[in-house]
Amino acid sequence: MSAADLIADAVVKRFGEHVAVDSLSFSVAHGSFFSILGPSGCGKTTLLRMIAGFIAPDGGDIAIGGRSMRGVAPNRRPVNMVFQQLALFPMMSVGENVAYGLARRGVARAQRMQRSEAMLERVGLGGAAAKRVDELSGGQRQRVAIARSLVLEPTLLLLDEPLGALDLKLREHMKIELKQLQAAFGTTFVYITHDQSEALVLSDHVGVMSHGRFEQLGTPQDLYYRPQTPFVASFVGANNRIVGRVASVQGASVEMTTKDGWTIHALKQGALAVGDAVEGFVRPEVASLGRVAAELPAGQPRHEGEVQSLLFDGANSAVLLKELRTRREFRIALPQTGQFSDLRPQEKVQFSFDPERAVCFPARAAAAGQDG
Amino acid sequence: MASAALQARWHGRLGLGLLLAPAVLWLGALIVLPHIDLAVLSFRERVGPRQYVASLAQYKTFFLEPLYWHVFVRTALMSVIATFLTLLLAFPIAWIIAKLVQGRASGLLFILCLIPFWVSETVRTLGWMILLRESGVLPTLLVKLGITAVPVELLYHDATILVGLVYTSMLFMVIPLISSLESLDNALIEAAYDLGAGGFAVLRTIVIPHAAPGITAGCIVVFMLTLGNYLTPTLLGGKNSQWFTEQIYTQFITRFNWEQGAAFGFLLLALSTAMVMLGLKIAGQRFGDVMRRT
Repeated sequence: MSAADLIADAVVKRFGEHVAVDSLSFSVAHGSFFSILGPSGCGKTTLLRMIAGFIAPDGGDIAIGGRSMRGVAPNRRPVNMVFQQLALFPMMSVGENVAYGLARRGVARAQRMQRSEAMLERVGLGGAAAKRVDELSGGQRQRVAIARSLVLEPTLLLLDEPLGALDLKLREHMKIELKQLQAAFGTTFVYITHDQSEALVLSDHVGVMSHGRFEQLGTPQDLYYRPQTPFVASFVGANNRIVGRVASVQGASVEMTTKDGWTIHALKQGALAVGDAVEGFVRPEVASLGRVAAELPAGQPRHEGEVQSLLFDGANSAVLLKELRTRREFRIALPQTGQFSDLRPQEKVQFSFDPERAVCFPARAAAAGQDG
Repeated sequence: MASAALQARWHGRLGLGLLLAPAVLWLGALIVLPHIDLAVLSFRERVGPRQYVASLAQYKTFFLEPLYWHVFVRTALMSVIATFLTLLLAFPIAWIIAKLVQGRASGLLFILCLIPFWVSETVRTLGWMILLRESGVLPTLLVKLGITAVPVELLYHDATILVGLVYTSMLFMVIPLISSLESLDNALIEAAYDLGAGGFAVLRTIVIPHAAPGITAGCIVVFMLTLGNYLTPTLLGGKNSQWFTEQIYTQFITRFNWEQGAAFGFLLLALSTAMVMLGLKIAGQRFGDVMRRT
């Protein structure tokens, strides 16, 4: 890992009584793609605006490219931002938009036009310099916004949910394009989003943020396969959440029972004792489905269910079950073979999952009382 | 079928015509007709009792008499200066109302701009006279504070006329500016700042180009109001005011020379039209776009 381009050290921001960013520390390595993932109101936009310099932290320090940014105005930081609504200048042509930052640096007109053309070429918009901004499509505008920032060769490029305004198809396409652009330019990207799929697909590292803190910071694989907190387990990817109490602990494994008496097995995360309130999580693709018990992998605890509905979504198809006795919902991903495409509602099925791939956390304060 | 469709269209046109009728009558009776009459007046000359001939004598008098010329140019220049000063003063006010304060405070500030207009222009101008005349509030205060030894006459200067004109015009500049500044997305300002622009560069490259139609609209309205103002220059400038509207008044009322007055009126109309066209040309704006902003 090379030197860190961004280091946040115990950064705090309060708005009145509300702590928007709560003593946050992290670093982003040079040339990496770092995402901050969290629901709206978690403080991610505040954090990004502090990095850009639009608001000053109440405590702690932010260093960019090894230099403390305390007291440095946004127009003097080696950071550029791609805004949520892109904020392209409608009164200027595409070329002038890209050349705007160069003009502010006093680059001569001929040279900045040439550099802006070259940058547009690199993002696949060669020859568009003379166009008006409103003549471009959503995806093209996106690229202009990125080109406008990258032409200044910033240490850090900040992206504030730039895909939010696009329709689904274009969003999927731009995801890939962003990743390729980042790889091609090698600039460090800091990306904020509430869309876990964007964060997982794009990032080298993701910080999952909630209430001004990072719940977990790690690679997308870490977050998905080894969530550290119940928040991460439920926010990143689909998950079946089962609330109950610890019935017994054997080493790393826990047996937990719901209030109405459904028992499952899972790996424990954190210190747990018999009787503690817990939240268990089982991913839909971890569970196996069978019409008869013999179809299930051997050695896994069996459960019985009744098909409630089939959720067909191509490769992401799933079936929604009710556990036979407790009527609790449980979602299982269907195999790609189309083996269970003829399932009918009310059909009785068997299912099981590997307890090693299910995880169980001490219940969060807010979740302890409820009974999912 | 065809006749029914025709009838429907005819009804539609009739409805539109009726809706437009008051506006058309208003324009026709109060603006077009008097102007036609004035045009006819301005192109004739009295050669004997009740005897008139078509002639360009009225316009010739204007061009040959240096006083008229002088007053004409002076009125135009003073109006341009007043418009510019109004813009300079109104811009920060509009910026504060549109961008810096929110909700009730912004409404309150706007009402503060509006309040002077609840009083008639005459009373407002007389208020200025009470403040500024030799025995008035301000000269007395200056003496009390020891700034001047004797009370000074603050009325009847060009600066006084400008103060009065700017004060009268302020609201008409502030309103189009607020509406054009409010429509400016704050993210554009932040983006410019983020890309390295300082405060002045943001103003020059983002704010002013965006607000250009509003600025032009405000300037046109204020310039026309100032050029055609009679009361403020006359009361605050006294004999020194030398405002062109005063010349028109003199011709019509004092000299009873309607022909000359009508010619002056048309010259003033030509002046304001020419200046507006010039202003639009300089600002690179189209008249229709600008008028939608007012």
